[in-house]
Amino acid sequence: MNATLEFAKLGNATSLPWADVPEWRADEFVAATATELDRGGRLCAWFGVPEGDGTRLVAVLAYDTDNTLAVGRSAPVKGRYPALTPRCAQAHLFEREVWEQHGLVPEGHPWLKPVRRDHGAGPAVGEFFRVEGREIHEVAVGPVHAGIIEPGHFRFQCNGEEVLHLEIALGYQHRGIEEALAGGPHRATLSQMETVAGDTSIAHATAYVTVLEALAGTEVPLRAQWLRALALELERLANHTGDLGALANDVAFLPTSAACGKIRGDFLNLTALICGNRFGRDLVRPGGCRHDLESVRAVQLLKKLRGAVAEVDEAAAWLWDANSVRARFEATGAVSAEQAVEMGLVGPAARASGLVRDVRFDHPAGWHRFAQIPVAVWPDGDVLARARVRWLEIQRSGKFLEEHLAAPPEGEIRAGAGQPAADTLAVALVEGWRGEVCHVALTGGAGRFRRYKIVDPSFHNWTGLALALRGQAISDFPLCNKSFNLSYCGFDL
Amino acid sequence: MFALETIAHRLRQGCQTMSYPDGPAPALPDRHGGALRVDSARCAAGCDACVPVCPTRAITRLPGQPVALDLGRCIFCSACVEACPPHAITQTNDHRMAVRGRGDLVLGKPGEEEVRLAAALDEKLRKLFGRSLRLRQVSAGGCNACEADTNVLGTIGWDLGRFGIQFVASPRHADGLLITGAVSRNMELALKKSYDAVPPPKIVIAVGACAIAGGPFVDHPQVCNGAAAVVPVDLFIPGCPPHPLTILDGLLRLLGRVERRLPP
Repeated sequence: MNATLEFAKLGNATSLPWADVPEWRADEFVAATATELDRGGRLCAWFGVPEGDGTRLVAVLAYDTDNTLAVGRSAPVKGRYPALTPRCAQAHLFEREVWEQHGLVPEGHPWLKPVRRDHGAGPAVGEFFRVEGREIHEVAVGPVHAGIIEPGHFRFQCNGEEVLHLEIALGYQHRGIEEALAGGPHRATLSQMETVAGDTSIAHATAYVTVLEALAGTEVPLRAQWLRALALELERLANHTGDLGALANDVAFLPTSAACGKIRGDFLNLTALICGNRFGRDLVRPGGCRHDLESVRAVQLLKKLRGAVAEVDEAAAWLWDANSVRARFEATGAVSAEQAVEMGLVGPAARASGLVRDVRFDHPAGWHRFAQIPVAVWPDGDVLARARVRWLEIQRSGKFLEEHLAAPPEGEIRAGAGQPAADTLAVALVEGWRGEVCHVALTGGAGRFRRYKIVDPSFHNWTGLALALRGQAISDFPLCNKSFNLSYCGFDL
Repeated sequence: MFALETIAHRLRQGCQTMSYPDGPAPALPDRHGGALRVDSARCAAGCDACVPVCPTRAITRLPGQPVALDLGRCIFCSACVEACPPHAITQTNDHRMAVRGRGDLVLGKPGEEEVRLAAALDEKLRKLFGRSLRLRQVSAGGCNACEADTNVLGTIGWDLGRFGIQFVASPRHADGLLITGAVSRNMELALKKSYDAVPPPKIVIAVGACAIAGGPFVDHPQVCNGAAAVVPVDLFIPGCPPHPLTILDGLLRLLGRVERRLPP
């Protein structure tokens, strides 16, 4: 037993030689990871790295209160290993993924089934958890849904209107992003990173270039870090505003719905003012940013920003004032703080259950080392809480932008990107609008990617939605779903 | 109080819907660039500087041939525009780029410097759909950006409903499909079934670089390189994602409700 071994500590947006990552025997590695998670660590990523005819398991942990990350690995293992999930539920999807990608069986996993794989007829073909009983019926929804929305399959076990259990089967959007990264970066890699989840282009692109910069030891000009931080908050403003409108729409509260739909577009247009694209494509580049925000443009942006924020202010006030809205939002789809910790939820979903968990605050990198945003927390874990957290974040992002647009750092917008170091592991976390975006890269001997792992916040949070539905009326599913508003493609990769 | 405040707000705001297409089109963001134009006559002999910079391999130049840029594959990063010293590839700032035939997006040959904009549906279909078009949207490997900017058309600023165009909940209620995404293998069957469920006559619209040609994911074994591999496509709307104005222009063009490009 390697009792003296400890996980290697590192900060966000840094790298360390692969050889310096401590190694355990697989069963001891699982036990060591479980011990760390019990001590208050959080599982950011758990994935396999093929080596020889076996696979190494790698864990990236976060100690939020200590502002550090940690990484460890197992020796190459073949066939099976004792599962982590029975001790730490937050590993459940990660272990299914490792099984799907590398064929390693986590022994003792309570619900081992594919995450994204097609059985020739779509990912949802296969066994679902079933509740038996005379009054029990099953409702299947998707992959094609009623609105303009991505595909996924939802299987409800219901007793009358009450949902006893919801199982979510995804994988329909699988485009093979991680597989394509092996041997990369390639010509299309940056645009693929921007479309991992197209509504989170800035966060994913920033995580990706941060990994590259950590591998190459690139010092990114301050002005580029500043601009990335601004773009990240604009992305948050647009999506949170859209979510408030969508939540209002789902309880048939049309004034806020109509207003927010438009204002969301106004925020997207602010991003387009910077880079030409409403979703921030081609703004973030390795070593910096492609476009500058000249002072004339910044003045224009600030003026429009003030207008849009004032409009959301008004539209949100209607929402909070309406009793009919409160009646539908309150106590609907509640997730307790204990559940949120156990499942490793991130982003607004975690903060709405009272957890103080925000990469910008806990693991600051880039511009956030100098400028943090207060963490927006609400205690109740219900739809109202998730809406209120978004509202708080809209206000704080607006203030952040006002403040930092007024004080731009001078200088270049882009530095030379440099060559990624060989046999090195780098980790980048970015607080996207849905929560923690985690990218981990491991380079091989030539400095090309040997393994690249992407964890979209939705990967952690879909289970939160399933838990929120327990004991709810099935008619509240759209509202609960909207209150999480998770990504299908970000999960499916 | 709430009711009064709402009414006051509405009066203050007035009508939020843009006047386009009766009035002028809203301006594209100045850094957007719009559709590309390829004047291959300006290409330096043997120069292929634009070819290796394109992330989606949308540009080819065979020996002795003019350069060919496939706007269907293009994600509008404008790397080729920057890489072209004699300015053979330029931005037009034109939002209009929807076409009926896949080949109409290939630029470069003499006379084919720009996209050949879509013609309207034939008389019979125009009679059926011209003033009432119901579409079922299917996202098949989309990243949610094309979906989002299609959704935007339903907001008060754009108000797609004023053209009689509406997105409906079931393919059974629809006159056609609007497809986004590279069409992942995992969505292939669902897309086919959705198409089959639409009663004929029906139309298919492919929105975005992914749905036209696979976009950034072109040639991944997990995708079908776009909608046309699975269902027949009647209208291609390029972009990554297309600006809402580009999508709206495409829909109206198909229904014969905006003019074709005027001769210069």
